[in-house]
Amino acid sequence: MSLKPEQVRKVAFLARLRLDEDRVPEYANELSGILGLVDQLERADTDGVEPMAHPLDLAARLRVDAVSEGDQRDAFQAIAPATEGGLYLVPRVIE
Amino acid sequence: MSRLRELAARLAAREVSAVELTREALARIERHDGDLNALVTVCADRALAQAEAADATLAAGAGPLTGIPLIHKDIFCTSGVRTSCGSRMLDNFVPPYDATAVEHLDAAGMITLGKANMDEFAMGSSNETSFYGPVRNPWNTDYVPGGSSGGSAAAVAAGLAPAATGTDTGGSIRQPAALCGITGFKPTYGRVSRWGMIAFASSLDQAGCFARSAEDCALLLQAMAGFDERDSTAVDRPVPDYAAALTGDIKGMKVGVPSEYFAEGLEARTRAAVEAGIQELEGRGAEIVEISLPHTDQAVPTYYVVAPAEASSNLSRFDGVRYGYRCDDPADLEDLYLRSRGEGFGREVQRRIMVGTYALSAGYYDAYYLKAQKVRRLIADDFRRAFEQVDVIASPTTQGPAFRLGEKLDDPVTMYLNDIYTIPANLAGLPGISAPCGFVNDLPVGMQLLAPWFEEGRLLNAAHAYQQATDWHTRRPEGFEA
Repeated sequence: MSLKPEQVRKVAFLARLRLDEDRVPEYANELSGILGLVDQLERADTDGVEPMAHPLDLAARLRVDAVSEGDQRDAFQAIAPATEGGLYLVPRVIE
Repeated sequence: MSRLRELAARLAAREVSAVELTREALARIERHDGDLNALVTVCADRALAQAEAADATLAAGAGPLTGIPLIHKDIFCTSGVRTSCGSRMLDNFVPPYDATAVEHLDAAGMITLGKANMDEFAMGSSNETSFYGPVRNPWNTDYVPGGSSGGSAAAVAAGLAPAATGTDTGGSIRQPAALCGITGFKPTYGRVSRWGMIAFASSLDQAGCFARSAEDCALLLQAMAGFDERDSTAVDRPVPDYAAALTGDIKGMKVGVPSEYFAEGLEARTRAAVEAGIQELEGRGAEIVEISLPHTDQAVPTYYVVAPAEASSNLSRFDGVRYGYRCDDPADLEDLYLRSRGEGFGREVQRRIMVGTYALSAGYYDAYYLKAQKVRRLIADDFRRAFEQVDVIASPTTQGPAFRLGEKLDDPVTMYLNDIYTIPANLAGLPGISAPCGFVNDLPVGMQLLAPWFEEGRLLNAAHAYQQATDWHTRRPEGFEA
């Protein structure tokens, strides 16, 4: 599977990554190489094989739906790029 | 006596204090780390405060790790100490909490000297993708130390600390341990909590350790292992006494040797060193059994779907809003996301996020992610069948010794194939260890041992028996002796 520059631009946007335009061809090459490696998977016969999502085949553990953490907003917001009045600030979304 | 036991004995006999040990280690870091770049952060004041507290505990008698310094891979959150994960994205991130593994080692009385350099977000096999520059191999500073836990491995090899933590998603403990000539140990998936360990690929990530011997790794695992409510994949089963398993007796132990791990690509002298290692095991009474793991060649392709897919999802949290890097003057919210992530992540991380995003995108999910999950089961089933016949599996850890800095950096696929012998154990969730087994061109190489799920005691004992019969693990790089 080889990726064209416009596919790289699309994937980069889906992943919310701004790429330098002059690097797009390099990325297209590199990603195509990686997908070429991955394409070897086609050789494996997986008919009737159950997909393995967890190495120990364990189901997710449930816990009691109870408050386990106190309020640590100040500690967490102390390391945020921009906050105001206990809220995280981002550029205006609604005009 | 192992290094950690020797230090514990000296501390207990009051021949040395924890403060003295810590000062000595900090001085060594000061003297040598300019050449190695193994640490991104040194926390001298905090370490000395911990050491003073340890000395007070020691006076009253303490555990086997009290007062012994170590270095944490910079992927483990440390409260109040910057945790960068080797990335510009987290260059300013000071976590308000400790990872569970850190908490456990703190509670055992160990002293944190600092945080080890690593490949960015643990993505790399050479420690060259770090935002803080490459780490150099103490055996030859023109060579890579391996990765992603390259800083941890180089630090222990150079004697900057007697132990270090690491994480292993596709070989990130075992591979650098092999290339730096030390012992590196990855427990079973779920044995050590992942809480507070910055996630790369959640179904593969496992915390472990580096030290000079399997015996020291057993002491470290004893402190690190255990159930944790806060990690939904931590396994709730008792932690056995690992030191008690180290009898050194491997008479009758069946050691499987998979032909696929000795096929094309394995460098000839590395092969000879590993074969000599297997003979040592036989000399100690083990029975060598030829086995086959037929899906071995599918492991790297499987990994490069599963790991990037999970990474693209895990790393979506770095959005420039709540913590970490934010671009200057974002025009709008979309620009904030695009540029914070475009500028904050390095190239290898961006490549993997894009591979993962592509593999998970509409129309490709079945062909990539679902297919990879099916092949993953075939790989795990290979091991399941093998362990019906044998007790442990022995192989090379890598195809050869360390390579030169820059040699493979521009070719991701060649770099990825480095981990061909280590990745299968991650896909299956198995415990593995790399022990030094010789030198090629004056650079160390390692023998990998794997055991069934949760048989860490057996695994450590096999490596311990090997280390009782050999002295490769005691060799030190020139200029970094003592």
